[in-house]
Amino acid sequence: MELQDKVIKLVSEATKMDAANISLNTSFVDDLNLDSLDMVELMMKMEDEFGVEIPEDETENLKSIGDVVTYLKAKSH
Amino acid sequence: MKINRVAVTGIGAICGLGNSLNEVWENALAGKSGISTLERHKTEGWAVNFGGEVKNFKLNPELMELKDQDRFDLFNQYALHAGDEAIKMSGILDSGYEKSKIGIIFGTGLGGFPHIEMNHQAYLEKGPRRVSPFFIPSVIPNMAPGLMSIHYGFQGINFSIASACASSAHALGVAATEIMMGRQDAMISGGTEAVITGYTIAGFSNMKALSRRNEEPTRASRPYDVDRDGFVMGEGAGIIVLENYDKAVARGAKILAEIVGFGASADAHHITAPHPEGLGALICMNQALELSGIRKEDVGYINAHGTSTPLGDIAETQAIKKAFGDHAKNLRVSSTKSMTGHLLGAAGGLESIFCIQALRTGMLPPTINLENQDPQCDLDYVANKPQKRDPQYALNNSFGFGGTNSSTIFKKFIS
Repeated sequence: MELQDKVIKLVSEATKMDAANISLNTSFVDDLNLDSLDMVELMMKMEDEFGVEIPEDETENLKSIGDVVTYLKAKSH
Repeated sequence: MKINRVAVTGIGAICGLGNSLNEVWENALAGKSGISTLERHKTEGWAVNFGGEVKNFKLNPELMELKDQDRFDLFNQYALHAGDEAIKMSGILDSGYEKSKIGIIFGTGLGGFPHIEMNHQAYLEKGPRRVSPFFIPSVIPNMAPGLMSIHYGFQGINFSIASACASSAHALGVAATEIMMGRQDAMISGGTEAVITGYTIAGFSNMKALSRRNEEPTRASRPYDVDRDGFVMGEGAGIIVLENYDKAVARGAKILAEIVGFGASADAHHITAPHPEGLGALICMNQALELSGIRKEDVGYINAHGTSTPLGDIAETQAIKKAFGDHAKNLRVSSTKSMTGHLLGAAGGLESIFCIQALRTGMLPPTINLENQDPQCDLDYVANKPQKRDPQYALNNSFGFGGTNSSTIFKKFIS
């Protein structure tokens, strides 16, 4: 599975939103209506799933699915 | 100061006997046991592997989003489930009461132990960064009234009372007082508890408080029987809507019963053992009788604390005999914990509902498993079969560790 699809699947499971309605452009706050606690929990799940550590100050720049995919790709290089 | 009368206009229940008021009440009158071998946990190594678990529970997603259902401990969810039933029955959403005049006070003895245990495990195994940001909101005992206020927009008084197994009885008494004083027009009260988990069972069983009858779970909760050996853990919620009586009448509400008396006291004796002569419980029942202004002979039914512990059942029996004198032998006293198990902080809420139902229907729910009555427990405990009695007043007792006591008196509604 592509990294993008994995991220979408994880977000879909965490938010109980249909994966078909989530794309690279989907915004966590504007489209998924997530608050700061939701975001902390989501980032914990990302860390577990992708085996990376995402420092708190860096999560502030991750505003969309696309941001996360780009970030994770950069981390894996 | 004018003291307002307090009407009960809605009730909702969930426990091992069923997930709605009707289901719970029908099974209680049928003398069914809601106790079984635990299904939600692997119980290997546990001293006790049974309890009064709620079965087939699914919270309506309209009451809590699905993603939040993974996050918020069950006691919150049981409160919303039973609360919705009670609120719908009462019709207060169409009452026209100001939102600031509708309050919520629930009783919860322990709060979110299952999530405390889960997060502690994550903390030990994976470190502090894996403690959920929802851990604290999920487990604090006042989150159940908090979530309910957010859902319905009720902006009146809002908190939880934690007084162990008397929590929801105290909550109901304080909620009734809010209406008596006129500070609130309607109150959602009662209580909720869901702590059937390895941690809690270990704690209670190491105190030797729990029945160890693992091979016969349905026969384990046997108040007043010579072979009783401790209480059985239950879970669930009993939620009650109270209203200013005159305002409820004015809006044409269907009134189910009245709360006319409330008492609260301390044993001042021991952290967990009851006062051997039930003196704290006596003070409490006398206070409730005094506030109600009725004669003790008017009380026909007592839903007892009756947890099926060797000491507690005798102490309460002594207290009832002291409080009611010669009338004690005419009273009918039952412990529905024989069927539901002990709902701890939610016990007083659920058992107040049994009192209200007894007044509404004239039927008294039984004490099941009463096969050989302890000679030191010498009252009429409605053994094994319901009785048709038509009481005019019913009293609920709830007592908790710390030596805390509560008694509430309900009056039958006569139109």
